[in-house]
Amino acid sequence: MKPSAFDYHAPRSLGETLEILAGAGPHGKVLAGGQSLIPLLNMRLAAPSHLVDINRVAALDTVSVEEGGVRVGALARHAAVERSSSVARAQPLLRAALKLVAHPVIRNRGTVVGSLVHADPSAELPAVLTVLDGSVRLARHAGPVREVPAAAFFTGPLESAVEPGELAVSAFFPSLPPRTGSAFCEVARRHGDYAMAGAAAVVSLDEDLRIASARVACVSVGPVPVLLDVSEVCAHRPAASVDWAAVARDVRDRIDPEGDIHATAAYRRHLTGVLAERALRIAAQEAADERAEETSHG
Amino acid sequence: MGEALHEITLTVNGVLREAKVPGRRLLSDCLRRELGLTGTHVGCEHGVCGCCTVLLDGAPVRSCLTFAVSVDGHEITTVEGLSGPDGSLSPVQRAFSECHALQCGFCTPGFLCSATALLRDNPSPTDDEVVEGISGNLGRCTGYQNIVKAVHRAAELMGDEA
Ligand SMILES: Cc1cc2nc3c(=O)[nH]c(=O)nc-3n(C[C@H](O)[C@H](O)[C@H](O)COP(=O)(O)OP(=O)(O)OC[C@H]3O[C@@H](n4cnc5c(N)ncnc54)[C@H](O)[C@@H]3O)c2cc1C
Ligand code: FES
Ligand code: FES
Repeated sequence: MKPSAFDYHAPRSLGETLEILAGAGPHGKVLAGGQSLIPLLNMRLAAPSHLVDINRVAALDTVSVEEGGVRVGALARHAAVERSSSVARAQPLLRAALKLVAHPVIRNRGTVVGSLVHADPSAELPAVLTVLDGSVRLARHAGPVREVPAAAFFTGPLESAVEPGELAVSAFFPSLPPRTGSAFCEVARRHGDYAMAGAAAVVSLDEDLRIASARVACVSVGPVPVLLDVSEVCAHRPAASVDWAAVARDVRDRIDPEGDIHATAAYRRHLTGVLAERALRIAAQEAADERAEETSHG
Repeated sequence: MGEALHEITLTVNGVLREAKVPGRRLLSDCLRRELGLTGTHVGCEHGVCGCCTVLLDGAPVRSCLTFAVSVDGHEITTVEGLSGPDGSLSPVQRAFSECHALQCGFCTPGFLCSATALLRDNPSPTDDEVVEGISGNLGRCTGYQNIVKAVHRAAELMGDEA
C-alpha cells in the first residue's frame, strides 16, 4: 500500500501553481489535504505522474465572510471553517455539515474545496453547496476564471467540472435570506463514516410564517447530490399544518437509490424520506425562531 | 533512472532532523524508516484506524495520509515525544497505564496523541467530547470503556498538576 512514483511540485504562488498544472495537463493532480487523494494513491487507484502540492500557497488559505455569503479558499481546512464563528453566523449550515464530515483528526487536514472537487455523492459538503445554490471558482493558466454553479459542478460520482490544468481556487456559500432556516440530518453506520443517507434542508417562511419555499439536497441516493424542491407539497402552510408524511412520500418517490453492502435500495429510500422530513422540520423551526427574534428586537 | 529525492528538515519531538525522501514517502514511513521512530504505528494506510496519528504543529493528523515532503519545515510530535526529557510518562500515558486502557499496544500511540491534543484544547471534556475526540481511533483489544476512563483520569491528573 504505497503510492507509485510521481514528480512532486511545491509551488508557492497561485501563478506558479497554474503554470505547473498547465504543463502537466491530464497527468497532473492537485494535492490539497490529501484525505481522499492519498488513500487512492496508497491503494494505487490513482497514479498521476505529477503531483502539485498547494499546501505552501498561503494565498489560498483564506476564509472570508463577504457580501451575501462565505468564500472559502482552496487551502482552508475543514477544522478552520468549522471553528470560525463569523462563518457560523453567516452560514450556519456549513458548521452543521462539517461536524458530520469524517473525524476531527481528518478535518484538521482536509479542505472544504477538496471535498467539493472530490465530489463523492455520499459527502456532506457537495449537498450543502447544492442546496444553497453555491458555486466554485476555477482558474487556469492564461485563461479565464470560471464561476461554476453547484448545479453544473457535480457531473457524476467522483466527477466534477474541474478540467485538466484547472485549479479550484475557492467556493462560495451564499448566506440565507431572512426568515430562513437550514439543517443537515444523516444516518451513518458509525459516526464519522460516509452517510448511508442524509439530507441538507433550507426552508424560507413568508411574513405570515407560512412556508414559502422548501428544498432538500439528498446524499447517497444518486451519482451527484439530488436536489428536490418540495415547496408545492408544503402547500404554503405554516410548518405545524404541513402534511409532513406527504412530503416524506414525495421525497421517497422522486429518488432512485442503489443498494450496496451498507444498505439496500429500499432502506436508503425509507431513510431519505425520514431524514428529509426531519431536516425540513428543523429548518422550518429555525426560520420561525429567527423570525421571532427579529420581531422581539423590534 | 532513480527517483528524485527531496531534502527535508523536520523538528521531531523538539529535535531538528534531516532526511532525504522521494516525494511519495508517507510521513508515517519517513518517521519509522528514515528517522527510526517506530512508535508511530501503521495499521491501514487509508486513514481509517488512527494508529499513525501524530501531532503536526500541535494538531493531530494521520501520518499515513501526509507526505513527508509536504510538511518540510514543520514540527512533529510522535508518541516518543510525549514523555518528559527524563523518560517520565506524561499524565495521559500514566492514565492509560493506570486504567488498563491498552493491551497489545498497537493502537495506543494514536490514542495517546489524539487524547493529548484533545485535553490540551479542552482540559475537562464531557463523556461525549471524549468519545468524539477519539472517534477516529480504532482499538481491537480492550474495548473503549477503559480508554474513555483513561482520558477522564488524565484530565484529573493534569488538573492536579496544574
Ligand atoms: C476515515 C475517513 C473518513 C471520511 N469520512 C468522510 C465523510 O464522512 N464525509 C466526507 O465528505 N468525506 C469524508 N472523508 C473524505 C475526506 O475528508 C474529504 O474528501 C477530503 O478531506 C477532501 O479534501 P482534501 O483537501 O483532503 O482533498 P485531497 O484528498 O487533497 O483531494 C481530493 C481530490 O480533489 C482534488 N483537488 C483537491 N483540491 C483541489 C483544488 N483546489 N483544485 C483542483 N482539484 C483539487 C484532488 O486532485 C483529488 O482528486 C473521509 C476520509 C477518511 C480518510
Ligand atoms: S495507518 Fe493511518 S489511519 Fe490507519
Ligand atoms: S491495545 Fe491492542 S489494538 Fe489497542
